[in-house]
Amino acid sequence: MWAGVAQAALLVVALAVVYRPFGDHMARVYQRTEHSAVERAIYQVVRVDPGTEQKWSTYALGVVGFSAVGVGFLYLLQRVQSWLPFDFGRGNVEPGTAFNTAISFVTNTNWQSYVPENTMGHSVQLVGLTVQNFVSAAVGLAVAMALVRGFVRVKTDRLGNFWVDLTRGTLRILLPVAFAFALVLLVTGVTMSFKSGVAVDGQTVAQAPTASQEAIKELGTNGGGVFNANSAHPFENPNAWSNLVELFLILVIPVSLTRTFGTMVGERRQGYVLLGVMGTLWTAVLALIWAAEASGVRPLEGKELRFGVAGSALFANTTTATSTGAVNSAHDSFSGLGGGGALLNMLFGEMTPGGVGTGLYSILVMAVIAMFLAGLMVGRTPEYLGKKLGRREVTAAALSILAMPTVLLVGAGIAAVLPSTPGALGNDGAHGLSEILYAYASASNNNGSAFAGLTATGDWFQASLGVCMALGRFVPIIAVLALAGSLAAQRRAPVTAGTLPTTGPLFAGLLGGAVVLVAALTFVPALALGPIAEAML
Amino acid sequence: MSTTVETPPAAADAPARQVSAGVFSPGQLLESFPDALRKFHPRHQVRNPVMFVVWVGSLLVTAFAVGDPSTFTVTVAVWLWFTVLFANLAEAVAEGRGKAQADSLRRTKQDAVARRLRADGTEERVPGTELRVGDRVVVEAGEVVPGDGDVVEGIASVDESAITGESAPVVREAGGDRCAVTGGTTVLSDRVVVRISTKPGESFVDRMIALVEGAQRQKTPNEIALTILLSTLTVIFLLAVVALQPFAIFSGGEQSVLVLTALLVCLIPTTIGALLSAIGIAGMDRLVQRNVLATSGKAVEAAGDIDTLLLDKTGTITFGNRRATDFHPVDGADLAELAAAARLSSLADGTPEGRSVIDLCVERHGLPAEASEHEKTGEFVPFTAQTRMSGIDLDGRAVRKGAASGFALSAEASAIVDDIGNEGGTPLVVADGDRVLGVIRMSDVVKPGMAARFAELRAMGIRTVMVTGDNPLTARAIAAEAGVDDFLAEAKPEDKLALIRAEQEGGRLVAMTGDGTNDAPALARADVGVAMNTGTSAAKEAGNMVDLDSDPTKLIEVVEIGKQLLITRGALTTFSVANDLAKYFAILPAMFAAIYPQLGGLNVMRLATPESAILSAVVFNALIIVVLIPLALRGVRYRPSGASALLRRNLLVYGVGGIATPFLGIWLVDLLVRLIPGIG
Repeated sequence: MWAGVAQAALLVVALAVVYRPFGDHMARVYQRTEHSAVERAIYQVVRVDPGTEQKWSTYALGVVGFSAVGVGFLYLLQRVQSWLPFDFGRGNVEPGTAFNTAISFVTNTNWQSYVPENTMGHSVQLVGLTVQNFVSAAVGLAVAMALVRGFVRVKTDRLGNFWVDLTRGTLRILLPVAFAFALVLLVTGVTMSFKSGVAVDGQTVAQAPTASQEAIKELGTNGGGVFNANSAHPFENPNAWSNLVELFLILVIPVSLTRTFGTMVGERRQGYVLLGVMGTLWTAVLALIWAAEASGVRPLEGKELRFGVAGSALFANTTTATSTGAVNSAHDSFSGLGGGGALLNMLFGEMTPGGVGTGLYSILVMAVIAMFLAGLMVGRTPEYLGKKLGRREVTAAALSILAMPTVLLVGAGIAAVLPSTPGALGNDGAHGLSEILYAYASASNNNGSAFAGLTATGDWFQASLGVCMALGRFVPIIAVLALAGSLAAQRRAPVTAGTLPTTGPLFAGLLGGAVVLVAALTFVPALALGPIAEAML
Repeated sequence: MSTTVETPPAAADAPARQVSAGVFSPGQLLESFPDALRKFHPRHQVRNPVMFVVWVGSLLVTAFAVGDPSTFTVTVAVWLWFTVLFANLAEAVAEGRGKAQADSLRRTKQDAVARRLRADGTEERVPGTELRVGDRVVVEAGEVVPGDGDVVEGIASVDESAITGESAPVVREAGGDRCAVTGGTTVLSDRVVVRISTKPGESFVDRMIALVEGAQRQKTPNEIALTILLSTLTVIFLLAVVALQPFAIFSGGEQSVLVLTALLVCLIPTTIGALLSAIGIAGMDRLVQRNVLATSGKAVEAAGDIDTLLLDKTGTITFGNRRATDFHPVDGADLAELAAAARLSSLADGTPEGRSVIDLCVERHGLPAEASEHEKTGEFVPFTAQTRMSGIDLDGRAVRKGAASGFALSAEASAIVDDIGNEGGTPLVVADGDRVLGVIRMSDVVKPGMAARFAELRAMGIRTVMVTGDNPLTARAIAAEAGVDDFLAEAKPEDKLALIRAEQEGGRLVAMTGDGTNDAPALARADVGVAMNTGTSAAKEAGNMVDLDSDPTKLIEVVEIGKQLLITRGALTTFSVANDLAKYFAILPAMFAAIYPQLGGLNVMRLATPESAILSAVVFNALIIVVLIPLALRGVRYRPSGASALLRRNLLVYGVGGIATPFLGIWLVDLLVRLIPGIG
């Protein structure tokens, strides 16, 4: 118990130490006007004029186009694996798996319907999957920054240049931090090897360039491991210290981005209040999972003894609240309430604190909805950060919020009645439904964590989960960029006594309430037949 | 009527416009019943996405009940139709109140015969409906003005009670800012020539009728945005309920269409969906009750957003006339002597300023108000631009009062004159012959209660700017006394326009009142421009509201009505969504306790049976609409205060209240419903 509290406390202290400098660093990265020599070289090669800014629609086209090319490239790479070096005879990846995996890594979901150490060679891993680990995170950051610019800028239709934002996020934020922490992870005992495996006592133990992958897997809130057991595998996550470093990496960008936001809008408290809401919900669900697991019938079932109940609860809560999806324990073996807590984090829409960039823009969209209602209740045309929330803004925000529940419920609904489904499930009844809900929540929210228990290699699951990942990612992104566009076009309304302050506890309560209420109202009927029925047994 | 104008009993037999008092009587429900039935037409329903879903759901459940008739199925079907009916009723009641007003207005629009002037000056008689813009018509005492226009010749007193409800006649004359006449009003004396300024069918009364009837009601921007949000919620709940069926099948507890539809109708925001248009109509209606006419609902909404209020000093903040407020004796004269002289000099002075000097003498010094017989023998010396003084010659004395420049002043008197000027007053010197007795302080008197109103406005986040032609010194003094935030001194009409531009550049919304043709550009530019009914046609055309009482402080009430309109929508939306929690607790255990008995633990209201639980939720969901109709029509209570305080209060009342109310309500309904055989 106390070891667990100490681990959580250390994590919070570490995040608090880097919060200001790292948050401000990210703000500078996206606000600077000069370019480094390397960046200029890249812009020349891809023929981008870094001085030209884009409208929201052009920016969105860039995001979608870049991602589509990424999916195509990644699909082809997997399909020709057998002709690439370091394939270790693992052969070309099956079309269904290749399709699902390509979408999964490009959408920052990193849902893995395959066993990595038997399926992917080091070439696909390094040239394909790892590249997407970086750029898919950078895409999320770019979209968040475009939205922040929408709030900051006045009377313009320009939101920045997607290619510049993408390059900067990768080169100035993700690469340096990932590199440094790959070394740190090596020190904690994470392995790094280009061999396919080593022979131990007559068995072959799979090997991989783990540390370098592990750092960006967590930092980019990706979650796709090089081993099937993911962060429960001793080569990926050998001990409590590496566990702590990985938790820190997962949270550092989403948490510090609230500082970046506050700095960019010129009022730091605007960012602190978002962090307060994220932190409160993160802590509340952690307490729920932890309490549920600690008081379970078999508390250590499905958990690594290296991490215990606390380390597992901490990791499960963090990975599901950040759209990471890395796991260091089997969520399927959690109690009804504990697994329900992990599921709930995803159903919140991944914003407590959410993924890299996605968490910030998701909670800002929720703030727009909350402020719309609050604005009406104080008798003024609603506004947030000096921007009026009218028809266009509400439509964009509503579309963004609507996407996830739609694909989740449609997908899970069809899956629940398919005749092939019971065969793919590890359980029937309430827990079986929880497994289905968890899989679609994970895909639709671009989390990627698996409840296990569900064998998702059938055509239906490969295809439908792929579609859920793609729509769950790009519909909100397009809506968010449209929102940014209409916000940037406005002038800024001045702050008066009639303006509702968005820095105090009242706003925090309102926003937190909106996050919980929207999730609750949408998913309570489904949850009643899954986790709630389990938990009330 | 709840306006500031009191209608004397004498006007009762005049065709005075009847304004409903804003209270709601159950009788209105019955009267509106036929209209409510007419609104069942799908063409009408489809305009309201939330209620359209209920309408379709009712059809589905009816089909289900026909196929499987039982007490339960039929009762649920009937109550779903009631839900639609109550929504129709809310709208019909709101519209009905407007219709009553429209009818009495229409009565004033008796098609008057107009006496049109031909080019050669002869008259011809044509129906009022055939008048065109630019036609000149003659109206004499006892005749009704055939259309809106401006007096171009003559002067007349006009009874405008048909439009304004105000029985005291008003004077209308050619030229100047009091030339506009409205069709439907009656000329009481004299003869005027009116140039018609509107096309038939577009007159003031026509527009007013269209407005109060809600015929051309268009959704306002905030209403559209809210409708999008409500539609989004509806889609989310539709998904949640539709997806529930496969999950239920997976869990071995397939649900009937009836139960799923009942759940859906209970979850979607029917309360606000049903009352939304009633709230909008009623908001307009509240404005009309205060004798303010808005050209669009958009303007009413904009009023709630106002950041800056431009108010003319004269007549709005002050009484408009300078009044004597103090006597300052100088050069050894005593106060009683000064007061007596001041009274003498003003006895024959009929101007409001002169009357106020007499008033002060009566109040402070107990002097008689009326001139004695002896005093009447004196010779009155009127004010001229050359002498700049007036007074009386009596018994060889020449008592005068006037501007300081006309007198030889001692150092003491000069100092007092300067002081009064610096403090925003106007000094009037009183002299008996060559001997200066003292100075009367004439002040612009700020209306009582203005400072408190401006403080309220400040709490609402609205900055008031006083606009005046006075010099900056005078303006500053009055601004400080009235408690306005800023002032614009020595203002010309173009300065007003420039100020509005500057405020709008800074992202602020500006409201103003005006009556002159000079004001028209500023009225048109302002986000909310309230024209006075006494003003010119140009001003009325330019503004987006007309105040029939011509009371410039009305703007403050307009702002409050605008805010109240938005608050009512927001509060009822919150209430509607908050209600869903209790409905989940009622319906989910009813649906699934059969397959997962542990879910029976969610039945915290201890509802009797699954059937009674579902029916109770449906009945509550329908009845709450009727219960809230009066609130929707009246608007939620609004007390000017800061945004945070307002939000905290409304969240508490409508958010927390919205969570608690249905638990109690559904439980109570269940106590009755369980008595029905076949359900309990």
